[in-house]
Amino acid sequence: MSPARDTVLMSAIAVFAIAAPLVFPDFRTQIAMLWIMVLFAQTWDVMGGQMGYNSFGNIVFFGIGVYASAVVQRDWNLDYFAGLGAGMIVGAAVAVVAAAVMGFLILRMRGHYFAIATLGLGIAAGEIAGGWEYVGAGSGMTTPLYPGTIDGRNLFFAYLFFALAAITFLILKWLYGTRFGLTINAIRDNEDKAEAMGLRTGVFKSFAWSVSAIFLGLCGGAIGNLIGFVDPRDVAFAGPTFGVWMVLMAILGGKGTLWGPVLGAVLFHITQEMTWTYLLGWQRVALGLLIVVIVVFFPLGILGWARERWPHRFGHKVETS
Amino acid sequence: MTAMWDNIQLLIEAPLLTVQLVLDGLLIGAIFALAAYGMALVWGVTNIINIVQGEFVMLGGFVTYQLVQWGISPFLGIPIAAAVLFVIGYLIYRTVIFRVANQDLFISLLATFGLSILFQQLMNQIWSGNVQSVDPGLGTWFLFEYTVTIGQIKVLAFAVAAVIAVLLTLFLKRSRLGQAIRATAQNPQAARVLGIDTDRVYAATYAINAALCGAAGALVVMAYTVHPYAGLPYTVRSFMIVITAGLGNLPGVIAAGLGLGAAEGVASYILGAEFRVAFVFGLLVLILVVRNGLLARERKYLK
Repeated sequence: MSPARDTVLMSAIAVFAIAAPLVFPDFRTQIAMLWIMVLFAQTWDVMGGQMGYNSFGNIVFFGIGVYASAVVQRDWNLDYFAGLGAGMIVGAAVAVVAAAVMGFLILRMRGHYFAIATLGLGIAAGEIAGGWEYVGAGSGMTTPLYPGTIDGRNLFFAYLFFALAAITFLILKWLYGTRFGLTINAIRDNEDKAEAMGLRTGVFKSFAWSVSAIFLGLCGGAIGNLIGFVDPRDVAFAGPTFGVWMVLMAILGGKGTLWGPVLGAVLFHITQEMTWTYLLGWQRVALGLLIVVIVVFFPLGILGWARERWPHRFGHKVETS
Repeated sequence: MTAMWDNIQLLIEAPLLTVQLVLDGLLIGAIFALAAYGMALVWGVTNIINIVQGEFVMLGGFVTYQLVQWGISPFLGIPIAAAVLFVIGYLIYRTVIFRVANQDLFISLLATFGLSILFQQLMNQIWSGNVQSVDPGLGTWFLFEYTVTIGQIKVLAFAVAAVIAVLLTLFLKRSRLGQAIRATAQNPQAARVLGIDTDRVYAATYAINAALCGAAGALVVMAYTVHPYAGLPYTVRSFMIVITAGLGNLPGVIAAGLGLGAAEGVASYILGAEFRVAFVFGLLVLILVVRNGLLARERKYLK
């Protein structure tokens, strides 16, 4: 998209993000969740869309952030905001270290082996957290109470998560325009050739995963305080919900595009909020069906389809013969 | 950590306990191998990694459970579950799988993953989220003066799994369809040139795999337990066994299946039963990393 349109769109979103929690005070938690979903889809797309490494395990970094932050807030005796800030920073740091270490081992795999290895990683992490006494095992942990009214708390988190999603978006937008973006696209298109061209693919792959991890770690560091408790399988390492949603949202919007994950996340979250309560018990049936339908009939996603349809609008030169 | 060391010491001091764990592991390992054999078949022929494999196993178990509720012998559940799953597998192929069969592998991976979520919740809705089991009414053997026990049903399940594997091998070697399946696996284009309807072969392969899982599930519900969400570990075990043994290597699949069963039994005793699933998934990552690491020395990677 052209820079001018990008700016207009970003300003519109910023206005909405600042106004919406004030105009719709009853929906502040849902709005906070919306930004979390946007962040999820964007961070997944760094790997899955831009680099072609489809990960089922990005939820690990999120979960690490959740737990690191909860432990910091439990053990460091800080007041609420200092504890939250420290927790988010520690969460992001631990997540990046995890990404670097795991990247060294797992990013050497390709294609479906990588996808399945990360799937294993995500579930193993949840199971380990669910059995580990230090972090509360199966019963999880509680996070400190917000020092203020519930309305104030919800407003704070709606803005906090918007800030996180916006920073993620801006940094990714900038990164995709640099050599880094070109390199990970080259890795997606043909890793062997990229390597033969002298690109240090291993370093770039680890770096890309660390970029994902840092934002997921920050986001995870704060979500415990939004929800109020930390559960190993339902909040932190929630593979069947958050973990699957992030893949689905990015694909729905159009993986490998800048705005696709944002669009996918917004559409998915709104649809989900409107229908989820009516689908009691059938939610995961609907989710499974949705995955199958999108993947089978609509693998390019909305923006991916639009890019095929009107390539010139996406800055691609079209040769007509 | 100390509990872990205590458990290891206990195993060393009481070797019969180790015998018990390994024996139990080997017996359940046969069922893992059966599901893995089916996965290897589908993978080799249609080039799809079937993530819904474990859910097929669970579904076979629930079909048998339902038959018992209706007063039918659980042993009849083995062929009936296989037949029901054959039909389900065929329908799934005709509605979903054939559309993703020749596409990017991630697409089929994600599509079968979606099916897996769908089946989990459907089973949860139909049979509720409780752990279910069926009592086949067989006794227990005691060895070494009552220190080691073997459920007769587990031995029977082991034997049935072996018989099914032999029958399937014979079917693939001797029958017309079996030969067509093998030909398609080797070279689908050449097979088409020779007049084999490869689409039918794919459908048959997928349905046979589902039937295999159904039979395995019937054995699981009799000898062990089933649960709507317990399918994924079976998928992962199958996958692990196949990548350890390689495609089209039946002795390897059996050895890896039995080995995995025994390793899992001992590990879940040492680490504690709550870490059993973590062990399975952790082992998956470890095997992948090691196998890929060995290939990386020659600048290759898992394909």
